[in-house]
Amino acid sequence: MMERRLWREPSFDIMAKFLRVNWLYVVLLCCLACVGYTALYSAGGGPEPYAARHIMRFAVGVIIMLAIGMVDIRIIAKLAWPAWLFGVALLVLTLRMGHVGKGAQRWLELGGLQLQPSELMKLALILALASWFHKASWERMGNPLFLVPPIIATLIPAGLILKEPNLGTATITMMLGGAIFFAAGVRWWKFALVIAPLPFLAKIAYAHLHDYQRARIDTFMHPESDPLGAGYNIIQSKIALGSGGMWGKGFMQGTQGHLDFLPEKQTDFIFTIIGEEFGFVGGIIVIALLCLIILGGMYIALRCRHQFGRLVALGIATNFFLYVFVNLAMVMGAIPVGGVPLPLVSHGGSAMLTVMIGFGVLMSVHVHRDVEFAGTRDEH
Amino acid sequence: MKREVQRTGIFTRRALLLLGGQLGILGALGARMYQVQVTEGQRYITLADENRISARMIAPPRGRILDRFGIVVAGSSTNWRAVLVAEQANNVQATLDAFSKLLPLSEYERARIDRDLHRNRKFIPVMVKEFLTWDEMASIQVNAPDLPGIVVDAGTTRNYPFSNKLAHLVGYVAPPNEADVAEDPLLGLPGLRIGRAGMEKFHDLALRGRAGAVQLEVNAVGRVIRELDHQEGQPGEEVGLTIDAGLQEFVLSTLGDESASSVVMDCRNGEVLAMATNPSFDPSVFNSGVSQSQWLEWTKDRRTPLINKATTGLYAPGSTFKMAVALAGLESGALKPGDHIECPGFLDLGDTRFHCWRKGGHGIQDLHMGLKNSCDVYFYEVARRTGMDKIAAMANRLGLGVELQLDLPGQRNGLIPTREWRQGQGHPWNIGDTVVAGIGQGYIQVTPLQLATYVSRLASGRLVDPHLTRSIGGVLQPGSQPEDYPVLAMPEKMLDEVRGGMWAVVNEPGGTAPLGRLPDTTVQLAGKTGSAQVRRVSRELRESGHFDSEKLPWEYRPHALFVAFAPYDAPRYAVAVVIEHGNAGAAAAAPMARDIMAETLRRDPSNRTEAPPKQVAENIR
Repeated sequence: MMERRLWREPSFDIMAKFLRVNWLYVVLLCCLACVGYTALYSAGGGPEPYAARHIMRFAVGVIIMLAIGMVDIRIIAKLAWPAWLFGVALLVLTLRMGHVGKGAQRWLELGGLQLQPSELMKLALILALASWFHKASWERMGNPLFLVPPIIATLIPAGLILKEPNLGTATITMMLGGAIFFAAGVRWWKFALVIAPLPFLAKIAYAHLHDYQRARIDTFMHPESDPLGAGYNIIQSKIALGSGGMWGKGFMQGTQGHLDFLPEKQTDFIFTIIGEEFGFVGGIIVIALLCLIILGGMYIALRCRHQFGRLVALGIATNFFLYVFVNLAMVMGAIPVGGVPLPLVSHGGSAMLTVMIGFGVLMSVHVHRDVEFAGTRDEH
Repeated sequence: MKREVQRTGIFTRRALLLLGGQLGILGALGARMYQVQVTEGQRYITLADENRISARMIAPPRGRILDRFGIVVAGSSTNWRAVLVAEQANNVQATLDAFSKLLPLSEYERARIDRDLHRNRKFIPVMVKEFLTWDEMASIQVNAPDLPGIVVDAGTTRNYPFSNKLAHLVGYVAPPNEADVAEDPLLGLPGLRIGRAGMEKFHDLALRGRAGAVQLEVNAVGRVIRELDHQEGQPGEEVGLTIDAGLQEFVLSTLGDESASSVVMDCRNGEVLAMATNPSFDPSVFNSGVSQSQWLEWTKDRRTPLINKATTGLYAPGSTFKMAVALAGLESGALKPGDHIECPGFLDLGDTRFHCWRKGGHGIQDLHMGLKNSCDVYFYEVARRTGMDKIAAMANRLGLGVELQLDLPGQRNGLIPTREWRQGQGHPWNIGDTVVAGIGQGYIQVTPLQLATYVSRLASGRLVDPHLTRSIGGVLQPGSQPEDYPVLAMPEKMLDEVRGGMWAVVNEPGGTAPLGRLPDTTVQLAGKTGSAQVRRVSRELRESGHFDSEKLPWEYRPHALFVAFAPYDAPRYAVAVVIEHGNAGAAAAAPMARDIMAETLRRDPSNRTEAPPKQVAENIR
């Protein structure tokens, strides 16, 4: 069967791979990083302390991304399950000896680098699930027993993240897994079976939530009930955004951000600075840019000729979407506040690193979109 | 192969579905952003400015109160206080604990501080302790490292150089309550006080001034970034009183330990030069809060230090009322100055016998003699002839038993009874009531201020109103000229009859108040004594001959009164003295009134430039 290749394996020296990089996508990412630079410049009142470091990190990130992009996707696929194991081990380690911040163990100090294992875990989960479903035919997808290992592979890290406790990331992890299950072809009715009891589960979960998590949900429902306390962030964020109006107050002219009314303006609430200073028009341009990046990720997925690459690209694009959605919705007061940064815009080295590793894998998918990587055995 | 294509097809469909869903959700967020930024944008712009701009008021300094010669009677001085800025303290409770080791804080104070801390945002200083002494301040400064968040700052406090000597008149200030703050937000500023009594209350708005305002751009914790706008406030106006603080001091020292009050008025224009009430209290105590023991001491004292007797003490005028009776009789025609009335020592009406104060009687009396001797029987008869309604009308006209246009909050009106009033109470008016009213007893009640007004009006022949405010903000207030007041529409001859009688009381041999004579014989004082019984003297006691008011317990002794004006020939000043339970007006009150009048005349520079008095005797028949 191997004589009749499904597609032609291109000659793959490093130069050829370099030419196959999706440079348009790199430009889009650079545009987003420039948005981050502008916003952080304003937040810091100059290149220091945020903006300059942001762009430096991004430059390093681009190099890492391109380097990973050169790695053969089949090698990455082989590393999927080891990566998953490594991620779980890191999560366990975090629970044991992680840095406690805001009532949760989320950070792991590794040689001076602060690591948020849950972010790496998501990437590892994408790879692991993609590699599992890579081998799955439509018939096997119909076999419920075939779905048990990937479900466990999703629930173990999600449970560990929930235990940190980090409800937001745990939910995102579950949704991410769900998206891959969906794209891999799990039957519709199985999703319905899982989603239907969710409201009841949510009720039970609410009772077991930590106080600060419950406070988040409560203040989200009624932010005005405690304007100086827990509802402060939501109210101030909406005020900053709303006062920007259609055209904004102008670069560096935002009052709410500069007068520190915005909490964590350089990290989670960076979008409010954009909204305040560049108005609705500036904000919608940034959202359009974010949409293009998601679209690009999906394009890479659709363009890929092996299931593994398709699922990985879809997973990474969806992960990016979930980041963006949670952050924007939080800033606009549409969902409860959760510490999710806006990728490539918010300040923060560890998040930038994990995001760029993810884009590196995406790039590898694109570079190796046409390689021979047959998964399903039953086709033989 | 076919299956691979099938799988790809499923993936493509579902990926596009996911992509569509994701872009749709982001589109919804874009719509949400449109709603927040464009549809509701104006609302958030307002909120952002409210966030950013903090309007703060600048407290204006409270205006001073001066006496007529510019001496400060109420001013402001620095008040060192310790405040706590919660933002600067690591642990507020620990700081307060450390503070109370240096300067003990009562439980009540701690509760108040906690409440204030809870109410205000963290950068707003909360008062911990006021009125720090130098030593206390030093100990706070020395221990500053242990007291993070504690700051010593300078506020102002009201001080009263004359302390208790002008307390009832100047009044006092106290912290405003919530209703006051609702009315004028200026009062919400820390350390601001509101006038609660006396002039401080009456002129509170003028003294308070207008608040200045600064608009500050602040950041989220309230730290000031820059000043956007600055409007100077207007300091409180200076209020000038008609009071002569020096004279006031003299009057009070003259009253000594008596529970007494005295009013000195310029009888030409109604300016009150002194209004003394004894005993008194220290008004600055109210500024910081009155202790319970102090309050009990005040309220238990039967000499009532908190009550301004000059305007709220009610006394029967006794014989000082006789001028009003005489004028009522003269004006109504019921009495002619030359009418002779015989005093056998009593007057019988029906089966009631009304006694004269002199047991044997005064014999034949005319108006001049009747006033000079203060013959009760004479005035019983005048009252009987004139009738109560006419007497009451005259008394009211002269300022007795009516509300006076005084610029001081809280005065009592007293009472001049009329038939109508008595019938309103459900009793008929008896002729005996009229007779008793003829000597200023019975239901009649007046205040010392009314007595001084009464004498001023009959001495000057003008309907002067007593007042205490001379100027506000340097502008002389209306009412300082005699022409501001209408004349007492009454023939000058009638007034002279009465004035002559008053002159005789003091200056003629045999008058009831020889002690009232001024030491300087070139200036003559005209006056009238009064003794007001506070308890009815029974007939048996009087006839037993053993009645001696000196031996009564203090609270049953009659009040001693004396009213006077001087100089007799060109009336300038009027004085009223009331000594509670002082027994006899002639013995107790007249010498005081004399001393007060002598001092008043001595202090008046214009008096000395006036021409020497003409022969007084000419005015007397």
